[in-house]
Amino acid sequence: MPRLPIAKTPKVYVGGAFIRSESGRTFPLRDARGRLIGHVPQCTRKDLRNAVEAAAKAGPGWARRTAYNRGQILYRLAEMIEARTAELSRALAPATNRAAAREVAASVDRLIHYAGWADKCEQALGSVNAVAGPFFNFTTSEPMGVIGVIAPAECPLLALVSLIAPAIVSGNTVVALASEPRPYAAIVLGEMLATSDLPGGVVNLLTGLRRELLPTFASHAHLRALSGVANGEERTALERGSADSIRRVRLLAAEEPRDWFADSAQGLPMIRELVEFKTTWHPVGA
Amino acid sequence: MPSAPARSARRRRTPTAPELIFGNLWEFDPSPETADPKLKAQYDLFIDGQFVPARRGARFTSINPANEKALAEVALADESDVADAYAAAARAFPRWSRLPGAERGKYLFRLARLLQDRAREFAVAETLDGGKPIRESRDFDVPMAAAHFFYHAGWADKLNYAFPGARVVRPLGVVGQVIPWNFPLLMLAWKLAPALATGNTVVLKPAETTSLTALKFAEILQEAELPPGVVNVVTGAGVTGAAVVAHPQAAKIAFTGSTEVGRQIMRATAGTGKRLTLELGGKAANILFDDAPLDQAVEGVINGIFFNQGHVCCAGSRLLVQESVVDEVVARLTLRLRSLRVGDPLDKNTDVGAINSGEQLARIKRLVAVGVREGATLYQPPCALPPKGFYFPPTLFTGVQQSHRIAREEIFGPVLSILTFRTVDEAIEKANNTAYGLSAGVWTDKGSRILKLSTELKAGVVWANTYNKFDPASPFGGYKESGFGREGGRHGLADYVTLS
Repeated sequence: MPRLPIAKTPKVYVGGAFIRSESGRTFPLRDARGRLIGHVPQCTRKDLRNAVEAAAKAGPGWARRTAYNRGQILYRLAEMIEARTAELSRALAPATNRAAAREVAASVDRLIHYAGWADKCEQALGSVNAVAGPFFNFTTSEPMGVIGVIAPAECPLLALVSLIAPAIVSGNTVVALASEPRPYAAIVLGEMLATSDLPGGVVNLLTGLRRELLPTFASHAHLRALSGVANGEERTALERGSADSIRRVRLLAAEEPRDWFADSAQGLPMIRELVEFKTTWHPVGA
Repeated sequence: MPSAPARSARRRRTPTAPELIFGNLWEFDPSPETADPKLKAQYDLFIDGQFVPARRGARFTSINPANEKALAEVALADESDVADAYAAAARAFPRWSRLPGAERGKYLFRLARLLQDRAREFAVAETLDGGKPIRESRDFDVPMAAAHFFYHAGWADKLNYAFPGARVVRPLGVVGQVIPWNFPLLMLAWKLAPALATGNTVVLKPAETTSLTALKFAEILQEAELPPGVVNVVTGAGVTGAAVVAHPQAAKIAFTGSTEVGRQIMRATAGTGKRLTLELGGKAANILFDDAPLDQAVEGVINGIFFNQGHVCCAGSRLLVQESVVDEVVARLTLRLRSLRVGDPLDKNTDVGAINSGEQLARIKRLVAVGVREGATLYQPPCALPPKGFYFPPTLFTGVQQSHRIAREEIFGPVLSILTFRTVDEAIEKANNTAYGLSAGVWTDKGSRILKLSTELKAGVVWANTYNKFDPASPFGGYKESGFGREGGRHGLADYVTLS
C-alpha cells in the first residue's frame, strides 16, 4: 500500500509565529485539478491590527541594525528560498513548473539585488548641502515605520518579494496582504522568513480577502505608508482613508500591465519611496 | 493684558545681572522704511502672460494688517478663471518642457536677478500686505526668494545628476500650487523655482490675505519675457483654491498650509492619480540642555518662536528645558521679551510686527485663553500695542503640561509653551509626543548628543544650536502629520519629475 502523505496546515507568519486567523475562519485552496491544497486562514481586521502591533514593536530594533547586517539578512533569506525552490515552485500552482521555477529564481535575484542596496542606498539618497552660512548641513534617509503592503493577484511570490524587500532594506517593517486568489506562496515564504535570521515581526504576512482587509489598511493610523497594487476603486478608498493620518500612499494601478520580472521593477526609486528625509543643521565653529 | 513677571522664591536666588532694558531707558525715534512699494489700486489675474480681470468681474480688498487700511482691490478667480489658467498652462507645457535645460535655466536666472533689482520695493510691499517686520522681509524673505531662483536655475540643465541611475527625467505637466500667507513671496519661490527648473508649467494660488507680491512677481515674469502660460496666478480664497486642486488637468498639487486643509486636499485628490506634496503644520520642540551656551540658546529660542510673529510652520513653539536650568532660562527669556519691540512693521526697529489677519488674531487669543484656563502660567511683557491693526504681545507660558492644548495644537502666533525634562530619553519622548514632525531644535555643547537627538527626533529638519535657518540647497519638509515631500535641494526636485 502506498504511503499516505502528510499534508501541511497552512498558517500565516505574524510576529515571528505561525498563526491561524484569530477568527478561526479559513477558505479552501485547490490546485488546477481541483484537489484540495489546504484551508488558508481568512484573516480579519483584528489579525491585521495584531500584525501592525507586532511590526511596530519590531521596528526600532530593526531600524537600529546596521545597514550591513540588514543586507546580510536579506542575503540569507535569498539563500533559504534558493534551497527550497522545489517547494516554492509547487506553491505557485497553477503556474507551469517552468514558469514557477522562473518566478522563484527571479524572486531570489530580487532579494540579492536589494541585499546589496542595504549599505549603499544612503550614499545614493543622502546628501551634504552647501548652504550659505557657517553650517554643516546634511540630509539622511530614515525608515518611515510600519508599511502596509498590498500584493497584486499576479506573480504571488515575485510581486510580494518585490514590494517587501525595498521596504525592509532601509529599516521599515511590513504588514503584507498576499495575493487573494493565489496566497499559498506567501504561506511558504513565511516559513523561509522564519529561518532567515530576520527578526520576528519585521515582515508579517496575511492571507484573506481584500474587501475585508483593505478598509483597515485605509484607516489604521500606525501604518505610515501603503505600498502595493490596487484597482481604481480601492485606490480611492485607500487614499481617502489615508488623509486622516497624512499617510504616504504609493499605489500602482492594477489596471496597468506590469512586468514584475523586468529590471525596472526593482531599484533605488522603490527604496526612496519608503524613506523619510531628515536634514540636520550643525554649526561650524570653535 | 500685560502683567509683571512672576517672581518666585527660586528666581530671586539666581544671581542677577544688572537689567538693561533699552526700550525703557530711551524712546526710540520712528525709523520707517520709505521705499515706494509701487502698488497699483487694482490687480487682475495673471493668465497666459496677461493681466486679465476675473470673468465675473468679482474683486476683494487686500488690507494692511498693521492699520486695517485697504491696500488694493484684487480680482477674485472662480472656477472658470481657474480653467482658463489651466488651459494656458497646458498650452505652454509642450514648448516649455522641451526647451533645452540651459535655456530654461536662463529664464530662472533672469527672475532671480529681476527680483534682486526690485528687492526693496518687494520688501515694502510684502510688509504692507502681510504685516511682517520690514527687517525680516528685507533681510530674509526677498533675498531668500531670489536665492531659490538662483539655486534652481542651475539645476535645469543638470537634472540627470540629481537622480542617480535614472535614464530619463521627465516633468509632470501642469502643476497646481496653493501657498500660504506667512511667507507669501518666499513660498512662491519655493514652489515656482523647482517646478519651472524641471520643465513643468504652473497655476499658482496665493493666500487671500497676501496676494500682492505674487501679482507684483507676475510683472517680473513679464519683464523676464517668460513664455505666456508657463506661470499663471489666480487669486482668491478657499473656493479658488479648491478649484485649483480639483481641476482635472492638474498632474500634481503642491500645497503649503494647515494640516486640516491638507487632509481635505488628500480626500479631494484620492483616486485621481494626481501627485501630491503637502507641507503642513508643526508643533516643534526646541530642546535646551543644561550644558547649552545659554546666551546663544536664549536668542535662538526667541528667534525660534517670535520670528515672523510666530507665523512659521516650523516655529519652536514648545520649549523643552532641562529641569536644572529652567529657572535661569525662564528669567533670561522674560528679560529678553521685555526688549522686543512690537509695533509698526515698516519701522526698522520693530521685532514683532502685525498679526496677519483679524481671523488669525482671534485664533491666537482663543488658544491663549485656553492655556490660562487649563492652568499654565502666562507672562507677557508690558508693551503698548498700536491702537489700530492686529497685534499680539510676545507671550510665554510656563508650567505647561503635555496634555495642554497649547502644547499640542499649532497656535501660529508669538506664543511659547515651556515644558521641562530631566533625561535625554525623556526629552526625546516628549519631543516626539506630537502628531506633527516638521522640525526640532537641540541646544547642547555635546556633539554626540546632537547626533543622537538628530537621529531619534521624528522631524524633517533638525537645527542644532541654531534655529529657523533655511537655504535653497537644504531640503525642507515634514514627517507624520506635517506632510510629505521636500522642498529645496536635490530632494525637492524629485517631487516635480517622473523617472524612468
